[in-house]
Amino acid sequence: MTSDLAQYLVTGIALGSIYALVALGFVTVFSVTGAINFAQGEFVMLGAMIAAQLVRAGLPLPLAAVAAVAGAALVGALVHQLGLRQAVGRVSPLGLVMITIGAATAIRGLALLAWGTDPRTLPSFTPGPPLEAAGAVIDRQTVWIVITTAAVLGLVYLLFQRTAVGRALRACAADLVAARLVGIDARRMGLISLVLSGAVGAVGGVALAPITFASYDMGLMLGLKGFVAAVLGGMANAPGAVAGGLILGILEGFATPISSGYKDALAFLVLIGVMLVRPHGLFGGGIGLGRV
Amino acid sequence: MTRRDLILLGAVAAAILVAPVFASGYVLGILVTTGLYGIATIGLVLLVGLAKQVSLGHAAFYGLGAYVSGLLGTRLGLHPLVTIPLAAAAAGAVAYLVGRPVLRLRGHYLAMATLGLGVVFQVILNEWVDVSRGPSGFSGIASIAVPIPGMTRDGRTLYVIWAVALAILALSLWLVRSRAGRALRAIGDSEIASELLGIGTATWKLRVFALSAAYAGIAGALYAHYVTFLSPQPFGFVFSLELLVMAVVGGIASVWGGMIGAFTIVVLTEVLRRSLPSSLPGASGELELVLFGAALIAMVVVWPTGLAGIAASIGARVTPRLRRAIRPAHG
Amino acid sequence: MTQFRTLAVSAAVAALVLAACGGGTTATPTATAATQATTAPQATAAATVAVGAVYKVGAIFDATGPASSLGVPERDTVKMLETQVNAAGGIKGPDGLMHKIEVVFYDNQSQESQSVLVAKRLIEEDKVPVIIGPSQSGTTLAIVDTTQAAKIPLISAAASFKIVEPVADRKWVFKTPQSDSLIMENALAYHKKVGHTKLAWLSVNNAFGDSGRSELQRLAPKYGITIVADERFGATDTNMTAQLTKIRSSGADCLQIWATPPAASTVTKNVADLGLKLPVYHSHGIGNQDFIDLAGASANSIIAPMGKLLVAASLPDSDPQKKTLTTYTEQYQKAYGKGPTTFGGHAWDAFNIALLAMQKAGNDPAKIRDEIEKIKNFVGITGVFDFSDKDHNGLDNRAVTMVTIDGGKWKNVP
Repeated sequence: MTSDLAQYLVTGIALGSIYALVALGFVTVFSVTGAINFAQGEFVMLGAMIAAQLVRAGLPLPLAAVAAVAGAALVGALVHQLGLRQAVGRVSPLGLVMITIGAATAIRGLALLAWGTDPRTLPSFTPGPPLEAAGAVIDRQTVWIVITTAAVLGLVYLLFQRTAVGRALRACAADLVAARLVGIDARRMGLISLVLSGAVGAVGGVALAPITFASYDMGLMLGLKGFVAAVLGGMANAPGAVAGGLILGILEGFATPISSGYKDALAFLVLIGVMLVRPHGLFGGGIGLGRV
Repeated sequence: MTRRDLILLGAVAAAILVAPVFASGYVLGILVTTGLYGIATIGLVLLVGLAKQVSLGHAAFYGLGAYVSGLLGTRLGLHPLVTIPLAAAAAGAVAYLVGRPVLRLRGHYLAMATLGLGVVFQVILNEWVDVSRGPSGFSGIASIAVPIPGMTRDGRTLYVIWAVALAILALSLWLVRSRAGRALRAIGDSEIASELLGIGTATWKLRVFALSAAYAGIAGALYAHYVTFLSPQPFGFVFSLELLVMAVVGGIASVWGGMIGAFTIVVLTEVLRRSLPSSLPGASGELELVLFGAALIAMVVVWPTGLAGIAASIGARVTPRLRRAIRPAHG
Repeated sequence: MTQFRTLAVSAAVAALVLAACGGGTTATPTATAATQATTAPQATAAATVAVGAVYKVGAIFDATGPASSLGVPERDTVKMLETQVNAAGGIKGPDGLMHKIEVVFYDNQSQESQSVLVAKRLIEEDKVPVIIGPSQSGTTLAIVDTTQAAKIPLISAAASFKIVEPVADRKWVFKTPQSDSLIMENALAYHKKVGHTKLAWLSVNNAFGDSGRSELQRLAPKYGITIVADERFGATDTNMTAQLTKIRSSGADCLQIWATPPAASTVTKNVADLGLKLPVYHSHGIGNQDFIDLAGASANSIIAPMGKLLVAASLPDSDPQKKTLTTYTEQYQKAYGKGPTTFGGHAWDAFNIALLAMQKAGNDPAKIRDEIEKIKNFVGITGVFDFSDKDHNGLDNRAVTMVTIDGGKWKNVP
């Protein structure tokens, strides 16, 4: 019985780490540009699919992963240059969301054109039988996903807090006008944030694909859950995003044995309940009234 | 409602009236779909455009209206004239109930909560098989085609749907210029200021949320009686996004924009389907997706005020010239 | 400056709208012609036979969206067949003339409302006398009323029995996949044969899984089987370990999964990871090489009921379907570089049934409908079809065989 509970918890963490990786991308773009990037799920998909394609063509996994991250980062840059760049400031936040939805649709169509409908898989980083802890079974790749999430979280945190670029990014997030007044090129910051979120998404995709498989339409559901996780965490900072993701995952893990049919509904009801008690998300604090 | 609005309403009504005579069933299908989506989109315009409250779950109200009307009809044998208003009322009532707690949230927190409610609803539709028949859905829903001898079923359904659509348009156009509309716009501009001015923001937000849900409910009910088959599949997050897209493309704060946006998106999908030769193997559906996404980006970037905004600015330049041409300036 | 840009883009959009002339997307496949399957309509390559008008066949498949893994192989199969038929001159109509076939294909994006729109388009604008597809039960049921009202025969590639029953209300509708009732009877018969009595059920929460589930609940008592667990998961879920954990303590002696890849593969992998010691059974939804590719080693020794397509090579030569199946497999592999799926097979059947009927009926929809009902002993991919006015599906147990996976390859279970 306790091993069952331990298993639900482990499953929850496995799910949650996936959502956390996607949520990190959302927070990265939102905190700088104010746009909710519904193409975030597609960045994850691109990372997974590009890596899978390259591995299938014979490239070793690490090389394929790097190429995938670069590819997704490039697409992120394109989304900014072709879409968001001329829109930020001219278009309402809702309009920005529309642009990212358009980008997501286009990316999905291109992926379908390029790779068809067949799902792909990637080899696990370290193949082998699952590990056991406290009577629960943990897939090895799940451990890698958790490690990856922590590593990305650490890197993003360091970037934002300890580098000059990170300070500039945070300045844009805090007050765009003031940032521009002190000479920060908002457009360049927007570009950087999208490149970053593309890279972060792709890293997530490469880590996920051995477990979830990669297919051209995997981005939609991941994007949705990642968005929810980001908002739950307060949409304000990277640690919040990760916490939101883990909580969403664990909720889902424990809701499943209660009713596997209604699990998503149960998880969302709890989340909405949490939001009502803490209307700025768990760690949103003083971000104040939403920007939409 | 301005005189221009009345003229436009009349023009649309006239066009719809003669459409079954000239247009094929396929074009009528496009007009029907436009009407359905337009009704729901106008509801979003009032909620998101005017009062600036986000809803990412409006597909749920559309679906709720569809299922209430469809189930009451097939299970209890009630006539659509009874079930459709009931469906609208049900959607409005549910919105009122869930809106009370949820509308305390703002911005993307509200977005997430409405998204969550949308998911909850679709899950219930899927799982509560005894009531909803589950994922496999059910058919046998009564059609709403009014009996007109000599006209196709599509044409007869068209009349019913657009009768409702025109009524909704008229009601909304009037609403926007009424005291209620001013209150909503004030809330949209600044909730704090409105509160200070004595506008009961919480009450008004709830009302517009319920009203927009009722619109979506009517549209959903009409949809059910048009397709005569229902399953939970269409009523998810993707459709909620589609409605928002239609609202934004049309001009998020314009009632006419809601209809224009719906029409644009429906037609765009069909145009893409038409004009893409599948020279690449499998290039038909996939390429449409890409071009649709690109078109959406282009529309938002180039026309931030939406198509209604463009129409308005063109109108603003043309009307004085028209007036001068019709009525010479002085003397 | 902005105004100029506005005008430029408006002009571009207007040009796009104006460019929208010409009919629907006509399929131009890349497949090279190969010899026809034996019992499919013979295209007589006679230079001396006169040529008649082109016959149109409407096709709707869910080529994008969640059901694209069904719709794409279906669309690709039909494209391949269209090229083959036309390379041999077309089919011979009732007037003795050779008629080439034009497939007018639309993608319904896996959406029911889109299904309705494209069905109308096929009927009104393209004026097709027969429609094949769509791929899913939901997208099919959405257009049943439209096609029946227009009196155009519809041959669906979707599985739900509701598509063709009650037959009195489905005069114009046919389907080619096996019904879930047929599949489930075979599955439960096998369970009974090997002595299972306590079944754990795990299905995907869409119409496919739901249909299987209702059939299970209806038929299980007949085979003396008790359902001790009844769990579900979403088609895009990434981890089903929680459901399996619950099943672990249910006392089941077998696990029956009802889903399509990739979810079916994910579940199978989770079973192996969890170390669940239950024999794993699947449905005909896994009739796809993807299932094995994704599930890897965990796919071995699962058992599933499905059509004979994937085990065609190991069938006895006396099996009437063997030649048809192996020919289709070779041609599809040559045209598209990968093996066919059972879904593509459903479209193969629908297309050839339509052509068979058109050989006698020309392009008169009512006559085509009548001719389909008269088709007997048609050797297809899904099975051998015997249509009648009481049976618009036409399949029996010959369309189902128990299949397992051994060393990553499909094998027939004797």
